Amino acid sequence: MPSEIAFFTFAGLTLISAIAAMTMRNLVYCGLCSAAAFAGIAAIYLQLSAEFVGFAQFLVYVGAIAILIVFTVLLTRGTDIKPTVAIVSRGWIAGVVIAGLVFASISVPVFMSATLWRTAPPEVAAPVEMIGLELMTRYILPLEAIGLLLTVALIGAVVIAMREKPAESIEPEVTDLEENSTPAPRFDVSSLEVKS
Amino acid sequence: MLGSGLIKGLAQTAKNFFGSYHDPARMVTVEYPEQKRVVPEASRTIPFLVYDGEDPELGLRCTACKICEVECPTQCIYIVKNTSKKPDHVGKMQFHPATFDIDISVCMGCGICAEVCPFDSIKMDQVFELSTADRFESLLLHKQQLAKPNSYFGKIHPTEAGEIDIRREQDKRKAEAKAKADAEAKARAAAEVQNAAANSAAPPPSPQTVTPA
Amino acid sequence: MTKLDQIFVSTKHWLVGLAPEMLQSLASILLSIIPIMAVFGGCFAVTTILERKGLGRIQNRFGPNRVGPFGFLQPMADGIKMLTKEDIVPFQSDKVMHFLAPIVLTVPIWLAFSVLPFGRNMVAVDFNAGILFFFAAGAASELAVFMAGWASQNKYSLMGAMRAMAQMISYEVPLVLSAIPVIMIAGSLSLPQIVEAQAGYGAGWFPQWHVFTPWGLAGFGLFLVAATAESNRSPFDLPEGESELIAGFLTEYSGFKYALFFLGEYLGLFAISGLAVTLFLGGWHAPLPILEWLPSWFWFFVKFASLIAAFIWVRGTMPRLRMDQLLNLSWKFLVPLAVLNLFVTAVWHFSSNWQSFGGLAARWLMCGGLLAAAYVLLGRSLSRGQGTPRKYTYAE
Ligand code: SF4
Ligand code: SF4
Repeated sequence: MPSEIAFFTFAGLTLISAIAAMTMRNLVYCGLCSAAAFAGIAAIYLQLSAEFVGFAQFLVYVGAIAILIVFTVLLTRGTDIKPTVAIVSRGWIAGVVIAGLVFASISVPVFMSATLWRTAPPEVAAPVEMIGLELMTRYILPLEAIGLLLTVALIGAVVIAMREKPAESIEPEVTDLEENSTPAPRFDVSSLEVKS
Repeated sequence: MLGSGLIKGLAQTAKNFFGSYHDPARMVTVEYPEQKRVVPEASRTIPFLVYDGEDPELGLRCTACKICEVECPTQCIYIVKNTSKKPDHVGKMQFHPATFDIDISVCMGCGICAEVCPFDSIKMDQVFELSTADRFESLLLHKQQLAKPNSYFGKIHPTEAGEIDIRREQDKRKAEAKAKADAEAKARAAAEVQNAAANSAAPPPSPQTVTPA
Repeated sequence: MTKLDQIFVSTKHWLVGLAPEMLQSLASILLSIIPIMAVFGGCFAVTTILERKGLGRIQNRFGPNRVGPFGFLQPMADGIKMLTKEDIVPFQSDKVMHFLAPIVLTVPIWLAFSVLPFGRNMVAVDFNAGILFFFAAGAASELAVFMAGWASQNKYSLMGAMRAMAQMISYEVPLVLSAIPVIMIAGSLSLPQIVEAQAGYGAGWFPQWHVFTPWGLAGFGLFLVAATAESNRSPFDLPEGESELIAGFLTEYSGFKYALFFLGEYLGLFAISGLAVTLFLGGWHAPLPILEWLPSWFWFFVKFASLIAAFIWVRGTMPRLRMDQLLNLSWKFLVPLAVLNLFVTAVWHFSSNWQSFGGLAARWLMCGGLLAAAYVLLGRSLSRGQGTPRKYTYAE
């Protein structure tokens, strides 16, 4: 019973934060609410005694992804720009349709899979060693693929960030400026009038 | 190599740390209320008024000319001129202030008042323990609090005070000499008038003997 | 000896035994939390005064010496001042977030202490993935800093928060990367087991701490640099660079909330020092076999205190870095070195059966040489163009 209470608390927290993240007008709030949703999911993992996944979820999502989200919000646009479209709009309807499709395409295989009808093993503890071994043996190919994908993304980000380099080298360097230019105009005393 | 500078710096601070325990000469600060530093001669805080002799009222150099009041950038000087006059060091009759207040909560210690005063009256002080429990009354200094003897001025700014003293002494001598010469000239003129009256055939006095005014 | 060593553990058991049956688990939890809070809260008070005195001495000053004997009651005076000060909340600020930020900062840091082993059998919770828990708990502090900076609605606060976040993200990478070799060698994510892995003495006297291996030494150095940055201490205290940002994200905080931030900062330093002791300095193990009669918690706190002293020393020495230098140091120096350190650790691990004299020497030379070469080369590329006389364009 207490575990159910805990589950519903965490699930409620996650859902409320997720809904808030979608509907709030202030983008920074949205980012922070999504962080809260991530934390709620981490709590559910912990409650399922999946320690490693729970901590990793917290470290990666709250510690890194949420930070990146708020960082992006801050760096790209003002936080209080009012969206031009109402929350309920045609785009919203399309979003719901797409979300439904995605949900269906995930849930159909999940509900069809045989694992769902198997009884859970009595001890669900997944020690870290086991996760590591599985990742390095059975799931090595997906792991490598993800690694490659992330590397590509990283290199892409670097390339995008470096694109402004050539333009910079055309500009004269500051030291040249100093030697050739005339001294900066100083404050002209003669322009002052003495008021009696 | 990267890091050599860091090690040098760490060694220096370690030396400071241990040195400060056995070498008092290293200490750059003093324990203030018990020990005090001698402030440098050129330091200044707020202005004060110089008086000569013993009596702050009689000896006050200020002539209430109000130049400092006008020049003060923060307008923190307030002067009321007295109606009576009193002689200054050269014996000339001058006005003197009935009220001379400086609001030191506003004064910024710029020293302009001391710079412009033609009578060497207002000078910059070196007192710095000026805090009070009351924001208004105790920070408005009156003539009585501002007036300090010339000997004090000589103590805190010996060079400047010495020069001023010499100059004032010379002025005084000159004035006395002039007064004496004037008196002599007057006496001589009177005598000559008498002489002329006695024998009108005498030649007129040569212009060289008259002291230039 | 074991009695003294286990005095805290046995006292706790005795006290828990006194409690009624129903409340025993609660009593056990409380008896783990309260001592940790008391000890590290006390450490906070003592460290502030010792740090101020130490910094003073480093600058040939006396430091605070007025309140109480030798000024040691200064933290109390500071505390009273902080608590009685007016709590100013800016009119335009986001009141809720402004209030939440110090709490979000301080609470997770307390959690991080729960996995640190302070002595033999002295760990509040022994998680399977303890070190991961530690880093996860530390992750929330970045959000707290952002909340503080953003909620203040103030340019300086926001800039300070941005700087703090950029710095924390950049330095979390080398911090975690330099801790991974320890996990590789110890084969566990649990901190008590990592301490166990450093037990024993080579040749009868040489402690088997991780710091006394080439990869451990490099990892320890990297970890300390990253930890300094992560806890926002000088020379990485740009987020509160008072010369340009007033006090960074702390600008709009006063009174008790400011004190909470201050507390959080020091607790973060303590937690990360405790982790450094655990990972590299052998945890609660004595440095020499003949010193083992001293209790284990004593050794933990000796090492912990020396690390704190080292942090204070560094703070008194180094000037603040510039933002680009700060990021360059992380991405162009620490991260590559940490990645190389992973490789070196693997080499060390697979050469663990070279136990003859020549084998040992070759092992040391290979691993140490690789790291030293990388250090010199990376260091050279990092400091290229530095050290030449600076050219000022507008100032003399
Ligand atoms: S202090 Fe000097 S300038 Fe000021 S009123 Fe007196 S004589 Fe004039
Ligand atoms: S020192 Fe400056 S501000 Fe103060 S009274 Fe003199 S002129 Fe005014």
